[in-house]
Amino acid sequence: MSPRPITEDDLHAYVDRALEPERQAEVADYLGEHPDVAKRVAGFAGQRDLLRAALAPIAEEPLPPELNLSRIIENRARRPSVVRWAMAAMLLLSIGGLGGWAMRGALQASPGGLVALAQEAAASYSVYAPDRVRPVEVRASDSAQLVQWVSDRLQRPVKVPNLTTSGYRLMGGRLVATSHGPAAMFMYDDDRGSRIVVLTRPMSSADQNAPMTPRSQGDVGGLAWADDGVGYSLVGHAAPESLRPIANEVRRQARPI
Amino acid sequence: MKDMLLQVEPLIPALRRYARALVRNGANADDLVQDCLERAVSRWYQRRDGDVRAWLFTILHNLAISQFRQSATRGRHVPIDETNEDDFGEAAAQERKIMCQDVLNKLAKLPEDQRAVLLLVAVEDLSYSDAAKVLNIPVGTVMSRLSRARERLQQEIEGIADKVSNNVVSLRSGK
Repeated sequence: MSPRPITEDDLHAYVDRALEPERQAEVADYLGEHPDVAKRVAGFAGQRDLLRAALAPIAEEPLPPELNLSRIIENRARRPSVVRWAMAAMLLLSIGGLGGWAMRGALQASPGGLVALAQEAAASYSVYAPDRVRPVEVRASDSAQLVQWVSDRLQRPVKVPNLTTSGYRLMGGRLVATSHGPAAMFMYDDDRGSRIVVLTRPMSSADQNAPMTPRSQGDVGGLAWADDGVGYSLVGHAAPESLRPIANEVRRQARPI
Repeated sequence: MKDMLLQVEPLIPALRRYARALVRNGANADDLVQDCLERAVSRWYQRRDGDVRAWLFTILHNLAISQFRQSATRGRHVPIDETNEDDFGEAAAQERKIMCQDVLNKLAKLPEDQRAVLLLVAVEDLSYSDAAKVLNIPVGTVMSRLSRARERLQQEIEGIADKVSNNVVSLRSGK
């Protein structure tokens, strides 16, 4: 039986010691017979050694205090209570102080229906999705508790959409305040760490049933719709149309069977 | 949190090394690693099964890429000759040290995607399939990028090998 031909990939795997022993030997034999290729491969191996030697000292340096993992864990456990409340208070003060008068007219003319829902979802996304400390209040691992909580507060059974087929996994959720009462927010992320948010709440009188409508605000995009008095909005850092398949999936799952 | 400490802590030096070789600025690199660790802490219970190392490198790599994108829109702020030898620790012999510094300068000339593959595979010892996961590309693309990275680095090394002293000058003027 003649040996399998040697591929370019084999040469790299040879350098990286990623081959099975028999194949490693076959490549070595091949290189013995082909000095030109052997020279190239020796060059690659030389690079590898040089790079490793050049970068090894970095990994041997003592870690600076900012990279002390125990401290990071500790800070994280402590931070939410103090910093977040302080931030919320500052935000309210500045809105109240600076914006109060200017907002007077705007609040009276505040939009209802689907537009309001989409805005609320975009606002929740902007606040919570970039949050590295506590983007969600209740984690996916406690999703039964999450469902119970938001269902109680929304006074209707709420289902958490499962978006794994779309590549997004549930991180968790929280209850958020809107001018139309409490809403449930669920957050998801994909393997690249990009996050999307689904917001749902009962609709007030307007838009009890509404078709799926795209909407974008800056670089936050999303879709909103309502079925049987319950509104949904899906938002992310993306063009609304690119989120439509995921929104369809949310809608499909939310429909009573 | 205890198992997290045990699994993540030993990997921090390698994360630092990768970050520093990729972004070539010590302070920036450590900021990235810190971000990465904070994310890892807050998402520990949400991670999928599988290799913790590949998971951490994925978080770190994505952070580095988004930083690259930001600095690309603002204009590049880390000129290639700004990094000094201190950023790369101390090598034992002087000649070896020069060679090491030289290979890093040449590595820095590679496009980011090629540099990332070469570092993950050749320095961090990630398997080809783990590197593919970290970079979110097929294994075939890992292999072709790796091949291009090595060819290109080799050209750099052979092309300028006998003119080390000119190297710094040409880099400075060629900004």
